[in-house]
Amino acid sequence: MKPACFDYVLPDTPAEAQALLAQYGSDARILAGGQSLLAMLNMRLAQPKVLVDISRMKALDYIRIDGDRLAIGAAATQSALEAYPSLGEHVPLAALALPSISHFQVKNKGTVCGSIAHADPSAELPLVLAALGGEVVLASASARRRLLPDDYFRGMLQTACAADEMIVEIRLPLRAANAGYAFREVASRQGDFALVALAAVASADALLLAVGGVADRPVVRRWPRLDGVALADALNDFAWALGAEDDAHATAQYRRHLVRVLGGQVLRQAQQ
Amino acid sequence: MKRYDANTRHGVSLTLNGLSRTGWAEPRTLLSDFLRETLGATGTHVGCEHGVCGACTVRLDGSAVRSCLTLAVQVEGRHVDTIEGLAKGDALDDLQAAFRRHHALQCGFCTAGILMSAADFLAREAAPSEQQVREMLSGHLCRCTGYTPIVFAIREVAAARERDRQKEIGNV
Repeated sequence: MKPACFDYVLPDTPAEAQALLAQYGSDARILAGGQSLLAMLNMRLAQPKVLVDISRMKALDYIRIDGDRLAIGAAATQSALEAYPSLGEHVPLAALALPSISHFQVKNKGTVCGSIAHADPSAELPLVLAALGGEVVLASASARRRLLPDDYFRGMLQTACAADEMIVEIRLPLRAANAGYAFREVASRQGDFALVALAAVASADALLLAVGGVADRPVVRRWPRLDGVALADALNDFAWALGAEDDAHATAQYRRHLVRVLGGQVLRQAQQ
Repeated sequence: MKRYDANTRHGVSLTLNGLSRTGWAEPRTLLSDFLRETLGATGTHVGCEHGVCGACTVRLDGSAVRSCLTLAVQVEGRHVDTIEGLAKGDALDDLQAAFRRHHALQCGFCTAGILMSAADFLAREAAPSEQQVREMLSGHLCRCTGYTPIVFAIREVAAARERDRQKEIGNV
């Protein structure tokens, strides 16, 4: 339960970090909060040769409104986002989801972008990003690009981030006029990984439901405004389409049940 | 740009419980092991080493964090507070005394981490509800107490500190 050997580098600027990634490629890993990466190093599930620590990089430690987005830099912690003034007004879904994330001792170090980089299918922040259609800003030494969740998430712990790229920022859309938001999660105790996590967005002419913890990535489905039997059928189709599997924590049947029942509840809640 | 090569020990200087300390650590050395084995601060316990059990929780620049998910080299120039810093000489601090009164510990393995979390938590939440205390405790595993005496102890300290604050500003 101790990490294998690695060089540890503390670059002063994002450009220096990106130059290190260009030099070492997949032998290097970015260390931000380390709340997923260090656990993987301890268990030797990851054995990078070089750790590039960006956790104290001032240039990436920001949360600010930028046009119609909340821009969150790669060094900003989950606790900082939770404490962001009027978060519930600006990005209601993030404010609703943050209390379900792990424990405050972990959020104090864990970063928002780190959770997106880790891409655990049951994690809350990837679900919020997917539900809102936010953007992931990736940068390498030579280029910068913005990806939407559909293009970014590739599977369990798999993303489109190349070996020479790092997340520098994520961008969450600000609250839409007349939209309603709701979030629910079922876990075996407060802060544990979600068996099923659901995020709903209701607007004047559409409903959106995003589900985490079931498929290998957060999955989003959109409908025109439905209710009654049509909604129940739509939820049932979605529950089966997620391809739930049995594991030690819950059966596939139970996960489908949660998607149908809680999916209906969060969609109703979002419309209130 | 600072660089610490693997397989080499590097000097790490920090402020531990208010005192300047320096030790030698490889980049892969965890803060939990550095505190215990290099600096001799063995009050911080090591449980799961992947951030789940909470036994190794310390305060880093005031914030409760897992020392098993922090590298020793990351605390260069920073303030680390551990259980050794709570008591003033032989006098337990108010949290420790309340834990003792309420039998909020038995074997004590988890206690150091819980006390460091509680110290940070009460600095943020002056009057927490029972639910808030239980949510904070969800970041710790205790197999002896069933948590309830811990909840009582923490809420009693919060109430006592609030009374002291009111007294100081002349409201009582």
